[in-house]
Order: sequence, then structure tokens, then C-alpha cells
Amino acid sequence: MTMSKWAQRINPAVQNIPPSGIRKFFDLVAEMKGVISLGVGEPDFVTPWHIREACIYSLEKGYTMYTSNWGLLELREAVAAELQNTYNVQYNPRNEILITVGVSEALDLAMRALLQPGDEVLIPEPSYVSYAPCTTLAGGKPVFLPTSLDNGFQISADQVRAAITPNTRVLLLCYPNNPTGAVMEREELARIAEVAVEHDLVVISDEIYDRLTYVGQHTCMSSLPGMQERTILLNGFSKAYAMTGWRVGYAAGNPDFIGAMTKIHQYSMLCTPITGQMAALEALKNGRAGMRRMVEHYNRRRHLVVQAFKDMGVPCFEPGGAFYAFPQVSVTGLSSEQFAEELLKQEQVALVPGNAFGKSGEGFVRVSYAASIDDLSEAFRRMARFVRRCGVRPRVISAPSQISAARQEGICQTL
Amino acid sequence: MNNVEKEVLELLENNARLTAEEIAVMLNADAAEIKRIIRELEDRKAILGYITLVNWEKVGEEKVSALIEVRITPQRDVGFDAVAERIYRFPEVRSMRLMSGTYDLAVFLEGRSMREISNFVSTKLATIEGVVSTTTHFVLKAYKQDGVIMEDGEEDRRLVISP
Ligand SMILES: Cc1ncc(COP(=O)(O)O)c(C=O)c1O
Repeated sequence: MTMSKWAQRINPAVQNIPPSGIRKFFDLVAEMKGVISLGVGEPDFVTPWHIREACIYSLEKGYTMYTSNWGLLELREAVAAELQNTYNVQYNPRNEILITVGVSEALDLAMRALLQPGDEVLIPEPSYVSYAPCTTLAGGKPVFLPTSLDNGFQISADQVRAAITPNTRVLLLCYPNNPTGAVMEREELARIAEVAVEHDLVVISDEIYDRLTYVGQHTCMSSLPGMQERTILLNGFSKAYAMTGWRVGYAAGNPDFIGAMTKIHQYSMLCTPITGQMAALEALKNGRAGMRRMVEHYNRRRHLVVQAFKDMGVPCFEPGGAFYAFPQVSVTGLSSEQFAEELLKQEQVALVPGNAFGKSGEGFVRVSYAASIDDLSEAFRRMARFVRRCGVRPRVISAPSQISAARQEGICQTL
Repeated sequence: MNNVEKEVLELLENNARLTAEEIAVMLNADAAEIKRIIRELEDRKAILGYITLVNWEKVGEEKVSALIEVRITPQRDVGFDAVAERIYRFPEVRSMRLMSGTYDLAVFLEGRSMREISNFVSTKLATIEGVVSTTTHFVLKAYKQDGVIMEDGEEDRRLVISP
């Protein structure tokens, strides 16, 4: 294929980033009517009113200027207090916390501050779509740690150790996980921490779903022995406080790391918008009760989702966190993309094919249960119909031979 | 009251149409147990009823409602309760509360017209023995009722697919 003159002028590092698997799907959905979407990676709640109202008030009072590059000191202090109270980790708000434009920016800053060409970053897979591209754009090389249904999509210390080469610099963690909903047990995390210390790895820990933990207690990576100095902790307001559009997150870490990230941030971003910071401050000050209520809602829906797949006969492990379920739709005999596409065309239910999150997501789809109970129930009714047409019998996991027989009989339409 | 009871009530308070099976799944409990709990709450009158919140304007029904501030004379032994009962037994009274402050009863009436309501106030309510005075405020517009915003423009505005 020949490239246009202007395309040739694009940096190959950018040129070579594959198109997002999600984008492709988005275009398909956009043309359809009556779609119930379980493909949304953000809360279905609108930001609680007291937070919105506090933001309006800040505008009335004329808070419309730049803030310090680091972010409002008051907000950094509130973040430090929150981390201290929740995980008993201490960060100095003056030089160990940086307020960023979402975890997205913080992740990019961390990669750019740490990586030199050829440095390897260990990334559990399936994983959030930004990790690999951010690594590549910063000159690093993503090395994936595949996880599977058998081990509940958790990585192990042995797996980390086995993947380490002389070039390995960073271990990226994301638990609770997007897209699988997996959480890590404290013991295994502690063993992974030991490996990180032993091999002098820096850990970037994206804990944006920490509050959305339903099984057991979330372990903050920097609370483990020896980890605070070598961890860049990323978190934000998007998920816990239903504040995705406000674009506020933060990074916490040792003064050298955070200082370096701030250097990039000050020249590329200058500062996080003050309006979002004001809202985030209100969320930390008065948002706890509202946040807990939202988490309770997600948890109830989580049970509904798990039960629905059980009833359909589609294997789905019980997610311990976030608001995603990751059922194994390969029992229908379809690939992730075929399943998502056919389900959308035949039953108007949108989800994200698992391979959008990496190779080991193949055979799965991501189902977001950040949706109303009514929408969830209707979506499951439609999905059950579809799955049955594909020859999967309720509550019985079909053997592969049965599936291919069903397909030959043409039960699964249009394929 | 135990925790499960409380959670069942909270769920039903927000959505009376949830089935016992759905509630059971959401709370990770047994469906028969949830059924039993609900029946028991109904027997105990902890659950008083399941009603539908209707916006009558949407179907072109004219309804007039009013808040009547009523001052009454308390009676020996029963206080406000006896007079209150004579008032709240009228079906025209949609809800009623005893208040602290400058008046005693906040009576919410609903009727088909202003005339119907003023008729009720002057011939029935004001004439009850023990009622000292009434002040009628007609409702011009309802914004929110029982926690539900009448004209909520906040529909789902999220992108259909996002990472
Ligand atoms: C794992 C993970 N990290 C980061 C983000 C981005 O968060 P933010 O809105 O703070 O940029 C998301 C959002 O989907 C996510 O799922």
C-alpha cells in the first residue's frame, strides 16, 4: 500500500500504532438504532449534584485562572490526607503529589519520565487500551503478561520474574482491572513486590478502580514493604466519583519521579483546569457517602450480571472490582469480534470485543454493568436469545463438538 | 431490623417493580428468603403499599393541588391526633403532617379544580371543630416529588462505546 505524501511525514512511531479496536466498533454502533450499550467504560451516574454545584460556585467566585503546575495545594493536601486515611501511606503534598488531567495524562507522564529507548515495560494482559501505546510513544517496549480465566486474570510473581530481561525497567499494574474486573490478592501482590525490589523495577500502579472493590479489601501497591519509593501511584476521580468528563487525576510518588513528571507537565499541560480541580476538592471533602452509594449499586448489578451469564451457560468469572464482567463467549463458537458484531446486528446490544484489550482477551467480551437495571435486564434477555441460537444450552457449558454441530445446522444465523 | 431487610427496603423504595428473584440475585441471597422477608415486612406494615408516581400533565389531565396550613386546638389526652384523624380520613387529603412552627397541620389536597378545593376547605375542613384557621396555597408547578425530578433532562449522554 502506498502512503500519501503527508502520511509519510508522520513519525513512524505514531504511524505504526494500530487503530483502536474500540474505535472500529464505535463506528459500527453509531449507525444503529435502539441499541442498549454495555460497552461504556464510565459510570452511568451523573456527577453528584453537590460536586457540580461547588463547581458552579467556584465559577461565580471567579476561579478561572491557572493554578500551580502541581495543582491546587489544597487539593494535593486533600489527596494526601485521603491516601493516609485509606491506605496509611504518607505523601508530602508539596513535592510528592501531582494533579493531572486524568490518570490518562499521569500515565503518559510516568512513561515519558521513566523510559529510555528499548526499555521494557511489563503489562498484564488483557489490559486497558492506553498502556501499550503510551509505552511505545515514550520509546519503550511493551512486554505482555498474559492472564486467563483459569487464574482469575491475576498475574503471579513467578510470571513477572520469568518475563524479566536486562532491559526490564517498569512493571505496570492495574487492579481492579479494566477489562476483566479482576482484583489481586494481597499475598501475591506482596510476592510481586519482592520481585520488583529484587530486580529494581519501578511499578506504575493504576488504581483508578480502587474504590470499586467488592470482594475483600483493595491493597494499595505503595503500602507494601519497600514499595512506596519505587511506585508511581496513579488514581483519579473519574470512576469513584462519576467524574470522567472533568479530567482530574493524580500521581503520587517519590520527589524525583514526581518532580520529573511535573517538568513535562508544566511545559505540555501547564496545569489541570482549575474548574475540575475545584470539583475534585469538593468530591474529597464531601463525596464519600455518595460514592459509597454508587459502589453499592454497582455491586448489586454485579451479582445480576454474574447470575445472567450463569443462566445462559456462558462461563464468566466473578469480577471482584471495577464495573466490568468478562464472559468467555468462545463457547458460542464465535470469535470476540464476530460475537460482538453479530450480537449488535441481531439483537442491538453493544459490548466491546475482548481482543481490543490484547491477544489474551480473544474469546471474551467486556460487559460494562454501569447501566440501569432495566437496561441490563433487557440486554441479558436479548443476549440469552442470541447465545441460544448459537447452540449454547442454558446452564450447561457446551462441548466444542456440540457447538460445531449447531453451527452446521445453521442455528447461528448469518455466519 | 437486620441488614438484609434494610437493603430490601432501600431497593423497593426506589423501584417497587423489582421482583423477589431480582432482589435475591442483587443481594446474593436466596429468593425464597427474600420473598419471606417482603411478606413479613408487608404483614408488619413496614411496607404500606406500592404506588406509581404519575405525572398527570403528560396525559393532559388537569389536577389542582394545594397546601393548606391548618391551625388546630389540641385536646386533652389525645393532643392533635383526634382532630387530625377527622381531617386525614377524607380521600381528598393526599398527605398530611404535623408541623412545628407557626401552624400545626400541613395538609396536601388534590382535586380537579380550584373550586373543588376551595369548596372542600370552606365546607369540610374549616368547619371541623377544633380547626382554628386555614391558609390555602395553590401549587403552581411541581418540580420534584418523592425524590423524583418531574422534568429531568439528564438522560444518558455517554458515548455508546468507550475504553
Ligand atoms: C484502567 C484505567 N485507567 C485509566 C483510565 C482513564 O482515566 P482518566 O479518566 O482518569 O483519564 C481508565 C478509563 O477508562 C481506565 O479504565
